[in-house]
Amino acid sequence: MLKENEIKVGDTHTAVLVEDLKRTQIVQYAGASGDYNPLHTDEIFTTQVAGYPSVFAHGMLSMGLTGTMLTDYVGDGALKKYGVRFTNQVWPGDTLTGKATIIEIREEDGSKVVDLMIETTNQNDIAVITGTATATIET
Amino acid sequence: MAIDKFLVEASHIMMFARSVGDANPIYHDEDYAKKTDLGGIIAPPTFAQSSAQFDPDYFLRPKIGGEGWFGSGKEASGAKPSKDSGGSGGGAAMGLHAEQHFEYHKPVKAGDILTATTKPGNSWEKESKRAGKLKFSESVTEYRNQDGELVITATGVGVQTERAVDS
Repeated sequence: MLKENEIKVGDTHTAVLVEDLKRTQIVQYAGASGDYNPLHTDEIFTTQVAGYPSVFAHGMLSMGLTGTMLTDYVGDGALKKYGVRFTNQVWPGDTLTGKATIIEIREEDGSKVVDLMIETTNQNDIAVITGTATATIET
Repeated sequence: MAIDKFLVEASHIMMFARSVGDANPIYHDEDYAKKTDLGGIIAPPTFAQSSAQFDPDYFLRPKIGGEGWFGSGKEASGAKPSKDSGGSGGGAAMGLHAEQHFEYHKPVKAGDILTATTKPGNSWEKESKRAGKLKFSESVTEYRNQDGELVITATGVGVQTERAVDS
């Protein structure tokens, strides 16, 4: 868990979430999450019927990968809120970098929390996820 | 959408954590997890999305024995997707997933038995140069544990686009 006396507004944490995203990882996510939408795993359907250039990752895979960065930073069981917008699609071959920035340290329901701004970008520096999170911290 | 029994199991958590690139032992190592303050294996923050596995009517899973599946087989598409969404967490079942928000009230642990109930939220429309008319709709899912305690509130926003979006 983050410690109040070791953090300040403006602090950032970044991590590479995935390099050269493989179709197989998207298949792994489909199997684990139960979302078998062929748009994510079925190249033939996705290109020939749905009209996309290739399969693409579940938004929730990007949110999950970003969540890994987030919990590595704030600690296990510390998250109170985590919300995102999916701003661009994530394609096989993408390399994603996640970043959390401390925007506020405050009190909520009698405990100290930190508000974070979240952004995950691809190899072209385009945001694929933007969002916010709130986590409990140690005083 | 309602889920009567979402069994939170350690092996499912392990597979889910692997799929999101998370090697944290709190998600797969019982011996390690027992020694932490949490006292056991917990679910990663987006794990609730996999409640779809426990929704008998989930639209984005091929049904056993019958009803066509719209993905490719011999042909590029097996069938037209059903208009009936009824998906979990308000995700891809409503088209593309635009937003997802989680509020965590209590940690979800391996061994928990959750129920989930989903209610529709707001809906609105927007024009987009890239994808034509966008129809947004929100759904709010409440997850409760075996003691009836609210553990997670999940709000999903789905969007139906007029055209495919290839960014």
